[in-house]
Amino acid sequence: MKLDNIYQEEKKSNFAKVSEIIITMASRPSGFIGLSILIFHVILAFISPYIAPYDFKAINPTLMLQAPSAEYWFGTDDLGRDVFTRTILGGRTALTITFFGSLIALLWGGLLGIFCGLVGGKTDDIVMRIVDAFLSIPWILAMLLIVSLLGTSTEVLIPALGFFYGKGIVRVARAATHDVIAKDFIVSARARGHSNFSIIWNEIIPNVRDAILVEGAMRWSWMLLGFSSLSFLGFGVSPPTPDWGLMISNARGLMSFAYWSVIAPIVGLSSLIIGINLTADAFAKALGIDRSTKAPV
Amino acid sequence: MTEIIQKVKNLSIGFKSKKGEEILILRNISTNIKKGETVGIVGESGSGKSTLALAMMGYVKQGLYTIGGECEFNSSNLLKMKNRDLEKIRGRKIAMIPQNAGQALTPNLKIGYQIDEALQLHSDLKEEEREQKISELLNKVRLPSPETIALRYPHELSGGQQQRVAVAMALAGTPDLLLLDEPTTGLDVTTQAHVLELLNFIAKDTGTSMVYVSHDLGAIAQVSDRIIVMYSGEIVLEGPSRDILKKPIHPYTYGLLKSIPKLSLAGLPQSMPGSQPQPGTMHRGCSFFDRCDFSEEKCKSNSPQLEYLEELNTSVRCFNHKSLMNDSQVNQTVNKIKTSLQDKEILNISEVSISYAKQNLLDQVLNRISDDNPTVKDININIKKGETIALVGESGSGKSTILKSIAGLLRTKGGVIKFDQKRNLSSDLKERDPNDLRIIQLIFQNPDESLNPNHTVEEIIAQPLKLYFGLKGEELKKNIKELLQKVRLGEFYMSRYPRQLSGGEKQRVAVARAFAAKPDIILCDEVTSALDVSVQAAVLNLLQQLKEDFGTTYIFVSHDLAVVRAISDRVAVLYQGRLCEVGPSKDVYQFPSHPYTEVLLGAVLEPDPDIKPKLVAEDIVEEKPPQKGCSFQGRCSRILGDICKNEIPPWQITNSGNSIRCHIPLKELQKDQIN
Repeated sequence: MKLDNIYQEEKKSNFAKVSEIIITMASRPSGFIGLSILIFHVILAFISPYIAPYDFKAINPTLMLQAPSAEYWFGTDDLGRDVFTRTILGGRTALTITFFGSLIALLWGGLLGIFCGLVGGKTDDIVMRIVDAFLSIPWILAMLLIVSLLGTSTEVLIPALGFFYGKGIVRVARAATHDVIAKDFIVSARARGHSNFSIIWNEIIPNVRDAILVEGAMRWSWMLLGFSSLSFLGFGVSPPTPDWGLMISNARGLMSFAYWSVIAPIVGLSSLIIGINLTADAFAKALGIDRSTKAPV
Repeated sequence: MTEIIQKVKNLSIGFKSKKGEEILILRNISTNIKKGETVGIVGESGSGKSTLALAMMGYVKQGLYTIGGECEFNSSNLLKMKNRDLEKIRGRKIAMIPQNAGQALTPNLKIGYQIDEALQLHSDLKEEEREQKISELLNKVRLPSPETIALRYPHELSGGQQQRVAVAMALAGTPDLLLLDEPTTGLDVTTQAHVLELLNFIAKDTGTSMVYVSHDLGAIAQVSDRIIVMYSGEIVLEGPSRDILKKPIHPYTYGLLKSIPKLSLAGLPQSMPGSQPQPGTMHRGCSFFDRCDFSEEKCKSNSPQLEYLEELNTSVRCFNHKSLMNDSQVNQTVNKIKTSLQDKEILNISEVSISYAKQNLLDQVLNRISDDNPTVKDININIKKGETIALVGESGSGKSTILKSIAGLLRTKGGVIKFDQKRNLSSDLKERDPNDLRIIQLIFQNPDESLNPNHTVEEIIAQPLKLYFGLKGEELKKNIKELLQKVRLGEFYMSRYPRQLSGGEKQRVAVARAFAAKPDIILCDEVTSALDVSVQAAVLNLLQQLKEDFGTTYIFVSHDLAVVRAISDRVAVLYQGRLCEVGPSKDVYQFPSHPYTEVLLGAVLEPDPDIKPKLVAEDIVEEKPPQKGCSFQGRCSRILGDICKNEIPPWQITNSGNSIRCHIPLKELQKDQIN
């Protein structure tokens, strides 16, 4: 039959699929900007220890609060440390902790949401009420409690952040599952007698994966802001490790006469958050999950 | 010559593909709509019929744009008009009745208010006059007690009533032209017949011109004076409705009419090969070339022009219409179905009742269902091996509910379902033996939903093979290839995703998946109603072929009596979850029959302007089965009195062997129904 040649699209390798999505993302201006910022930050996080011009913890009282110059590009802070060095290093901890935190949030939130959506009934009711209860606790208070009990080590921060930012994902994953669950292919799989695990793995995850990934990407930027707030309050990264939240906190009192020491970390933090947000948006659009579609007429 | 109110001239509408190519949805359409006539536009999905109707009111869907031509109304081109000017025409001069009235009405506003809104916009009536007009309009569309209807919300009306309200709103501006986009497609057969009859009446009464868009030749035949047949964005045939339906001179229409199952013919109609080309894939030659029985070498490279034949008042786009003209009486030949009936009973359904009622706490604890008036009750059917039994009824008759219970998806309240006369099928899916799950497979109505969009055809068919037989590697592949061959799909389909397949191909994949489990019983839930007519026949033929090869038993659920007639050995008619009539299909379609069967049979629309539907009963919708007595008492036109209201009617068996559950003696039923 001649008509068989209409669709040339064959099954693509995963690599081809991913690269196609990235190309689609970069073809929009907002997506291109977002991706560029994100990639810049990630590369910087990897190479900053090698390109940093000074030692980040070298205290030099004679160089206190120097204005930006050819020697110290972003000036120096109240202990005479180079602000440029500390700024390019300041995103590393935040980026790493929140990246792994988001992965944990995605994993537990996504799986629990899908499970609740599939099983329904009493199990769903009970689990969702517990999630609701946790949602009603201000996360920052709970985080402060955990951190003050267990300390501020990475092993505590990653799972704690992952837990608190995964609650929202449970709801999104459950809603996405509900969209899929009513479809006949799930009914068909059930009637054939597949196990719950098989239905989740084969039938549901491929259909809700995109929605959950986009949600996870958005959560990453929120978590970054949350983590920086913790550092700002003194419960995140401990000095002298450079961190944007901590730097903003230290320098905010000196803002009126040494603005450079506070502006640099602010630009670093906000540009990264904007970059992640734009990337997540472009990612959603490239996957066809566009939440801002207009009515047809 | 009568006045022309809408003139479509050389209209082409299309979109730009990602590669920048111009892809045409409508190709050079020209036609005129005269005052007072009803024009039916018929075509398969994707033929551009809706795009044409929307263009007639100056609307082009987002993403599409006008490439050339014009739609002239009152000597101005609608497609070039500003929105502000269009607003004055839409509703007042040209009104539209949408497919799904339930979605077109605002859910939180009362019916009267919504009609009032339309009147405010489209007429110059004063407030007191408008109130008068609202009840006048509701009366005109034959809604009972207009005053109370006006105070209701859309969800309090049935589908047919909502559609009537939509008609009333469209008539509010006394339009010159009424566009109807599949106005009866979602409705039940009896409701559909009533709405069509109403539209006919309104066309005569108001003298409005109508453009009726539908895929259903049966519906088109009932309403239109003239028919336009569209294929792949072109008009292929246009002419008076009787000539087109009786003597089609285009091979597409000819084939289409041959592939529609009819009530008068038992057996499967012939199918048309292939499917309609996708927009943008046709470049040279006739668009119907691939599927045409009459094609010649020249059809491949030259596309025929629309030719006007004076003597028939018909336009046709075909080189060979002359040869069709001489013998184009549609002589429908059907493939008689072979019955592979065996004496052995394979499935016994006895005293089954199913309830959707919510259990109270005590019942939940005791794990029982208590409901004295369940949705489905007293179902007794014994199904023989190799039989095709059809469950027929309108929406809400419980036919799909029964299927779900057989499949184990829905717990029964009482009764027993026995397989092979010895094995009791547990009513709970989780307690069923894996082998019991394998022997019963389901095929669903809509293949878009029943196939996982993220799985390839290979992965879809592999699932039952892996689950039930544990096949792996080469053997799995070999089996998948064999199954694809059985459903007449090539090996290269294995790597495709459902979105890359046409509707018919998707349904074939679903059939292959069901047969992969080597089942004894296949439950078919409206398997052809989402498909185009030309594809429907092919799927039915395939199912029949597979049945003959494997000796499978089918339980076939459908609302389409003609399809049921074509494929089934036995028919069970259901109303409100209770059986009305069970019998061999050739007898059920003859009289005497249950009054409800009579209503259903009367409402079937045949693609023949001479066969008008018989409207026996009112098309009211009952929410719940009656507490006692006959289930059909509320709508029965032959109701005897208290006996029907209080006593469950007895089973009466006719000479030919079908059982009818009615209080009226068979002789009297026969006497009344034959007249």
